[in-house]
Amino acid sequence: MTALLEVEDLRIAYGKIEAVKGISFKVEAGEVVTLIGTNGAGKTTTLRTLSGLLKPVGGQVKFNGKSLRKVPAHQIVSLGLAHSPEGRHIFPRMTIEDNLLLGAFLRNDKEGIAKDVQRAYDLFPILGERRKQAAGTLSGGEQQMLAMGRALMSQPKLLMLDEPSMGLSPIMMQKIMATIAELKAEGTTILLVEQNAQAALSLADHGHVMEIGKIVLSGSGQDLLHDESVRKAYLGED
Amino acid sequence: MNELPQQLVNGLLLGSMYGLVAIGYTMVYGIVQLINFAHGEIFMTGGFGALTVWLILPGGTTMWVALPLMIIGAIIVATTIAVGAERFAYRPLRGGPRLAPLITAIGLSLALQQAVWAWYPGAKSSRTFPEIPGGPFHIGDVTIQTGDIFLLIAAPISMAVLGYFVMKTRTGRGMQATAQDPDTAKLMGINTDRIIVVAFALGAAFAAIGAVAYGLKYGEVQFRMGFLLGLKAFTAAVLGGIGNIYGAMIGGLVLGVAETMAAAYVSEIPGMQQLGGQSWANAWAFVLLILVLLFRPQGLLGERVADRA
Repeated sequence: MTALLEVEDLRIAYGKIEAVKGISFKVEAGEVVTLIGTNGAGKTTTLRTLSGLLKPVGGQVKFNGKSLRKVPAHQIVSLGLAHSPEGRHIFPRMTIEDNLLLGAFLRNDKEGIAKDVQRAYDLFPILGERRKQAAGTLSGGEQQMLAMGRALMSQPKLLMLDEPSMGLSPIMMQKIMATIAELKAEGTTILLVEQNAQAALSLADHGHVMEIGKIVLSGSGQDLLHDESVRKAYLGED
Repeated sequence: MNELPQQLVNGLLLGSMYGLVAIGYTMVYGIVQLINFAHGEIFMTGGFGALTVWLILPGGTTMWVALPLMIIGAIIVATTIAVGAERFAYRPLRGGPRLAPLITAIGLSLALQQAVWAWYPGAKSSRTFPEIPGGPFHIGDVTIQTGDIFLLIAAPISMAVLGYFVMKTRTGRGMQATAQDPDTAKLMGINTDRIIVVAFALGAAFAAIGAVAYGLKYGEVQFRMGFLLGLKAFTAAVLGGIGNIYGAMIGGLVLGVAETMAAAYVSEIPGMQQLGGQSWANAWAFVLLILVLLFRPQGLLGERVADRA
């Protein structure tokens, strides 16, 4: 059986500067896989390429057995690949409810959409309380909830989360991580990009450590969590 | 007799025509950050589209049959040209330097004027536009000219249709999303290239309705009619807050009323006798623009909700 997502020797460049220098990894259905690493390691670049916003200069991406090479960005989500981008990127001048509905832009099943909107409100009650409010008025953590809720509205086979904990208070961060754990328990397949290595590795089945465009270390979440070099470099121990 | 209500109504009617054309500037700007300076000429071709339909129809066709067909003709001509311009003139330049599409727009504007001047029969001078039969009608002291009745009906309906489209339909929501964050809109599955085409087409359609209103109001169309009117409509869009469709309509109305009032009353201010009358109306319109931009650079309805990161 092939994996849900297969990335092979992926290379991405901004002009002449290669940001991702040939990385390979897989995500199996039902797994949580995390990419960790410092700023500039190429994690966000990788996710933006997977969802078609950037074009790779080399390598292969297969999703559900299908090559994504020629699929334009706006068709990627219809294949079942949803992306909650770094910096959240909610639509600030639209209501929370309209933001969620945009996540279901390509769906036609009215009842199913209504059910999923309700599910997002169950997952994040604060969104339900403010459904008619402009999304730009939400706090950073609430916007993160909205971005995740919106990504889930497409009923993705694979949910890509880019830095969901960035800039959040410790309490809000815990809440977001608890939600990711909840989604994992429901069987959602997740590709998680995080700078908060501790939190990400505790959740993940597999992890990959990226440094300046390369994967330098791979292993199970628990192995990496206890790996000495990872502890030194990313978990603030000496 | 108190003239004020009459002047107010005149101003609102003129302003609603500005508003119809301003929608196209504001929508295209909101989505691709391009000032489509050819939009005034797209408006003009709409006028000639309507005239062409009238000339093709057999003589003696009543206006009640002809007018809907003329509107359709105007819309077809204007949207075809706008969509063609987007596809072949603007799209190849997307992602390039910001000045390139702007210069292209100015060039396109001249090309369209000259094309109509050179090839449309009799367009080297103005061409007579058909009239709606019947006399003006009166509400109290206010008289509405026959040529303005169309505006009175068409402008509110157009605005309602546009508001519904943008707020309630899927494509409308896709437009809002694309205007606010095009990359993220793609992540939602929105084909942003298509949305841009829709914005050009819609803007052209409303400009075409505005052009029919222009023809009926002034009784003529000419190849240069899009220049000053386009400039006014652009002013209205900026005045209302460019990028905001309601701002375009409000900006149009404010501009129309201000212009009319200035023409009617400025000369009564002691010492300003020479600065009143129709010949100064345009100058006052731009004085208003300067004043609004001094105190509210984002325009009357410019964005208020902060984009928090």
